[in-house]
Amino acid sequence: MDFQFGHLITSVLIVSGIATVLSILIVIADATIGNYGDKKITINNEKEIIVDGGQTLLSALKSEQIFIPSACGGRGSCGLCKLKIESGAGEVLPTELPFLEPSEITDNVRLCCQVKVKADLEVTVPEELFKIRQFEARCVSLVDLTADIKGLRLELSENDKIEFKAGQFIQLEVPVYDLTPEAVYRAYSIASKPDDDGFIDLEIKYVPGGICTTWVHKFLKVGDTVKFNGPYGDFYLRDTDAEMICMAVGSGMAPIKSILTHMAHRGINRKVKYFYGARKRDDLYNTELMEELEKLIPDFNFIPVLSRPEEEDNWSGKVGRLNNILPEYYETAQGMESYLCGNPDALNSYIAALKNLGLRDDEIFYDPFA
Amino acid sequence: MEGSSPGTFAIFFAAIFTSNILLTLYLGMCSFLAVSKQVKTAVGLGLAVVFVITTTSALNWLVYYYVLIPFKLVYLKYIVFIIVIAAFVQIVEMIIERVSEKLYNALGIFLPLITVNCAILGVSLFMIIRKYTLVSSVAYGLGSGIGWMVAIVAMAGIRQNMKRSRVPGGLEGAGITLIIAGIMSMAFMGFTGMIKI
Repeated sequence: MDFQFGHLITSVLIVSGIATVLSILIVIADATIGNYGDKKITINNEKEIIVDGGQTLLSALKSEQIFIPSACGGRGSCGLCKLKIESGAGEVLPTELPFLEPSEITDNVRLCCQVKVKADLEVTVPEELFKIRQFEARCVSLVDLTADIKGLRLELSENDKIEFKAGQFIQLEVPVYDLTPEAVYRAYSIASKPDDDGFIDLEIKYVPGGICTTWVHKFLKVGDTVKFNGPYGDFYLRDTDAEMICMAVGSGMAPIKSILTHMAHRGINRKVKYFYGARKRDDLYNTELMEELEKLIPDFNFIPVLSRPEEEDNWSGKVGRLNNILPEYYETAQGMESYLCGNPDALNSYIAALKNLGLRDDEIFYDPFA
Repeated sequence: MEGSSPGTFAIFFAAIFTSNILLTLYLGMCSFLAVSKQVKTAVGLGLAVVFVITTTSALNWLVYYYVLIPFKLVYLKYIVFIIVIAAFVQIVEMIIERVSEKLYNALGIFLPLITVNCAILGVSLFMIIRKYTLVSSVAYGLGSGIGWMVAIVAMAGIRQNMKRSRVPGGLEGAGITLIIAGIMSMAFMGFTGMIKI
């Protein structure tokens, strides 16, 4: 066969030639048109960082170890990475519009995964975001609190500690396993108090088919390394003297437990009642701890409420739903603060009941995740 | 033969209506389905496609007749055309981003989306198969781009008005969009016989 080497070589040369010419053009364009030089980002009017222009603000901040919450990884689909950008960001992009309220647009709030650093920027980063980072920990205990809630104790790496406010949550990383082809993150409230240096507790309820809960309940073992990032959230114990109404259902116990143990530990003596809803007696947990806390916090009452007690439970306590029980304890709740945790339906019923008792929106605290 | 070599204007006109690249050949479907929720974004994407299709058809025509034919490399046209389109889109995006923020906001952010729009490669290949001249190729590219834009803007208009309609559960999203596209394409294909290109 007459194999045409000449032709083969020309074809390779020509295609490589075209590709080379185009790549050179792109490299030149990148170095000239696409080169925005070093840009200065001023954070909260005090810190200045110099970054490479042209990248997104999200990745520029990340390279400076400032982690802005982002669930989609910068694709502009979760809308979490909102930041106030005072100057230098240009107009709001069409890709940001679906995530911004009109009031946010007038307030210069932008999605920092979409904003590119093309000029010097002035941004406002909320203080607590500086504390957010990735942590590595070892699972040191794993116990069944009820039939479907497991308690995890995580020990941070040596000399590491997490600074958080009682009530805040973290995002637990679920590694690749049978149910997920990529690492995913799920939010859980921290159940332990901030002063437990180097440790955090989580309380996780099993949801059939749930990616994270299945992993925790069926795969995780004592001694395993787990990763999480945080702390996040506006749900935390406020620094006031107001009387407190805490309400939780199911694994919503966790952040309330953090708040109460924190109060006992720090000697914060506020008047507080904690209403906790469960179905039957077997679903109640942490009851001994609550009895202990009743001794430590002078004016604290734990009020467990069962919705469907079974006959052998011999339950002499309250029966029903928390929102209906509430008026038995309060004629008015004016001037009090309320801390809630539970599923969205339960939350809505509690909020309605509390408003009936005269509580304002800004006196009711809860995490808006299911 | 007159029928086999239509005039430039006929090609331009046919590319928009009777031989609409999207509705008669179903090329460029992915972005058509994904970005046809709002008229405003559809117009932006449409303009970007018009611009890129027109310019790359000219570029690819030159590359084909002045590089590939003399070196007898026509069988490499697929890979070469794709490289040219991808590189061109990259550079245009950088230029627009630098030069005009307004234009970039309206058009530039869609450019990376259309590098892989098959309508663009389709136009480059058809103009070769049909042996168009440079001028006809540009007219064909421009027409196809406008036709693609007409189709996606019409679809976005329909979908915007359908927000309040009750669509059977299983057909929501891409399903009903494909059905609408089918009905639209029947309307366009009805006139296919008028001009042969």
